[in-house]
Amino acid sequence: MPLKVLMFGWELPPYNSGGLGTACYGLTEALANQNVEITFVLPQRVNVKADFMKLVFADLEGFSWPDFQLNPYDTLKLLPPGVNPELARDLVAAVHLYAKRAAAIAKKGKFDLIHSHDWLCFPAGVVASDVSDRPLITHVHATELDRSGGNGTNPVVYAVEKHGMDKSSAVIAVSQFTKNLLNTYYQIHPEKVDVVHNGVNTADFDIPVDDANPLQTLKDAGFKVVLFVGRLTLQKGPDYLLKAAKRTLEYFPNAVFLFVGSGDMESQLINQTIQMGLSDRVMFAGFLRGKLLTQTFRSADLFIMPSVSEPFGITALESVAAGTPAIISKQSGASEALGHVLKVDFWDVEEMANQIISVLNYPSLHTALKVNGKAEVKKISWSAAASKTIDVYKKVLSRKK
Amino acid sequence: MSAICFYFQVHQPYRIRKYRVFDIGNSHEYFDSPPGDRLNNLEILQKVARKSYLPANRLFLELLHRHPRLKLAYSLSGVVMDQLAEYAPETLDSFRELAATGRVEILSETYYHSLSFLYSKDEFAHQVRLHDQKVKTLFHQIPKVFRNTELIYNNELGRYMEKMGYTGIIAEGAEHILGWRSPNFLYRPVGTQKIKMLLKNFKLSDDIAFRFSTRGWSEYPLTAPKFARWVSAVNGSGDIVNLFMDYETFGEHQWEDTGIFEFMRYLPGELLKHPDNYFVTPSEAVKKLPAVGELDFPFFVSWADIERDVSAWLGNPMQDDAAGKLFALESAILKTRDNQLISDWRKLQTSDHFYYMCTKWFADGDVHKYFNPYESPYEAFIAFMNVLQDIRMRLEAVSKSKKITPKKIITSTQ
Repeated sequence: MPLKVLMFGWELPPYNSGGLGTACYGLTEALANQNVEITFVLPQRVNVKADFMKLVFADLEGFSWPDFQLNPYDTLKLLPPGVNPELARDLVAAVHLYAKRAAAIAKKGKFDLIHSHDWLCFPAGVVASDVSDRPLITHVHATELDRSGGNGTNPVVYAVEKHGMDKSSAVIAVSQFTKNLLNTYYQIHPEKVDVVHNGVNTADFDIPVDDANPLQTLKDAGFKVVLFVGRLTLQKGPDYLLKAAKRTLEYFPNAVFLFVGSGDMESQLINQTIQMGLSDRVMFAGFLRGKLLTQTFRSADLFIMPSVSEPFGITALESVAAGTPAIISKQSGASEALGHVLKVDFWDVEEMANQIISVLNYPSLHTALKVNGKAEVKKISWSAAASKTIDVYKKVLSRKK
Repeated sequence: MSAICFYFQVHQPYRIRKYRVFDIGNSHEYFDSPPGDRLNNLEILQKVARKSYLPANRLFLELLHRHPRLKLAYSLSGVVMDQLAEYAPETLDSFRELAATGRVEILSETYYHSLSFLYSKDEFAHQVRLHDQKVKTLFHQIPKVFRNTELIYNNELGRYMEKMGYTGIIAEGAEHILGWRSPNFLYRPVGTQKIKMLLKNFKLSDDIAFRFSTRGWSEYPLTAPKFARWVSAVNGSGDIVNLFMDYETFGEHQWEDTGIFEFMRYLPGELLKHPDNYFVTPSEAVKKLPAVGELDFPFFVSWADIERDVSAWLGNPMQDDAAGKLFALESAILKTRDNQLISDWRKLQTSDHFYYMCTKWFADGDVHKYFNPYESPYEAFIAFMNVLQDIRMRLEAVSKSKKITPKKIITSTQ
């Protein structure tokens, strides 16, 4: 008998705003391949292709894709005017509405387990677990502490997170880094938390670079391209990279820094770039996805993930899978999984610049990181993550008996 | 009759500090990590001296007094002798005390514990001579037996050392070379007339050096009587048992609480209980024992890793790049006659720098990681290449001021 899992998510690609959707897709596909029967619930009806599982839409009223994107990372963003205030006045209200709908969905089928991804889906998971009397597993991809970068943590979100984890039979953390944080700031006992690193489908990033490669002009002009991919927010540390860029360019003028992504720091970063006199070497490309993003990964010379607090950081795996060496912050979960990358404290701008210049300057270093990294990242697969997840399922179910 | 030959390797490199791009042109201090840093050479040397060299020297001195027939051999790299003189002079004195017993032989090696034989014979020969002079000054001995860095050996080295006048050379008793033959005899390197080869008995040596404290090992715990029995069993089927190991085995690789010092305290007595056992130094063995046959080492063999080849130091793109660029500077550097520059360049030749760049099994965590003071092989490479870039700039400056125009100085890092 296959395991039947009712899973609550918030987004799936291509309708995703970050790593949460990517992770849910990669993990569910691999779980399905290992004979887990998944019913995956999304808050809204979207045109997602995922024929390996059953999709259910909670049809929350008050907002719809893509006119309004409920970004899981913008914890306090208000809905546009004209929306029925009884329904989804803000993100927190939407989360609770999602939980209400979860009761009916859970009653409709028979499941062995409930599995909920991040705080947005925790209340839904708790309700589903209550009405069906099935154990709940909460899966932490990021916490409010990561998102706020230590500034202005939202107490409501924190409370939702803690309540969800307290009500769970087991918690899955995407890294030891996150597990430690759950223990320190949420008082979740380490024995209750299992670490399951994210993975990457390396084949998706092993595509040839063609004319769609947006960096070709820069490369033809003799520039080395240093790539940042992520939201432009405090958590992701783009401001540290900007400082390192200035230091790098003093020694390596033929470098270009490309920031891919958007976020609330965007205008601040652009202003800083101008003030620092770097506007001809630092570029902001906005949000890229799909083939364009993959081509960008592949044709960059170096990828940097300078995050201040990064529960995992799938982009690091994607970059290495694409054959582009990576420098990643030590304050990240990915740094536990990857050995063949350079690691740096996000605040150590001097060392970051030292590493950037070295990779651009020494071709044998670039080659060694590329070759060893590609070999290593093959082992950090979604199927490995799925196997570990199934172990957690089995552990919880055996306890229940 | 079976001879027993102990040889201990003593070596510590000058580890390169975290030397950043921004230091190039601004600082020529490559080896002076701040206190408390994992790369601080003074602190590492003093720690190893305290935990290993000093107590081991004291023990062996005591054993030499107790057993008049006991004999030992040491090889000390030039860079460890320099560091001992500067950071732990009392430890250097205790090595001299050992040598003064007349029953401790000091072997020859390259001063900088370098891979120079693989890149430049001239540089290699020069470093061997430098080393022998140092040994003569400190220990009043002229070495007759040579051991190359990490026991890296091939036929060419055997022939080369015979030409340089050495009577013996040390190599790993590697199974893939020996085949059915035993390491417990002396051999003659292919293409030589007189020089003889001593082979490490890696099984018995590694029982002490690596397995001594391994609880999962079927022979754990290893006692002196048991080990002496194994050595004595060679009687009748071999001339000599060569027990070659890093000196740091005592107190550093095997900590004091494993009982390694107590084991060693009783071992000579246990070995001498067997009437046919006797101790020799390598040069005595070469004089006394015949070479029973020729041994062919067509490719390089070393005492490292399971592979017993040179892949711990060379072979990955970073290692080959770093070593190639380092040795490409040879003639230009030597022409400057700038002693400080030449000595800095030579310190970069020490094999450990390349070992730290090794990526074999890096992510899995193993012996390489344990012995690597850098966070990763990549950081080791970055520090090395940045230093090399500074060396190049110094070379240019000196060459200009001395109006030497070296044929080719590589100024680009590409």
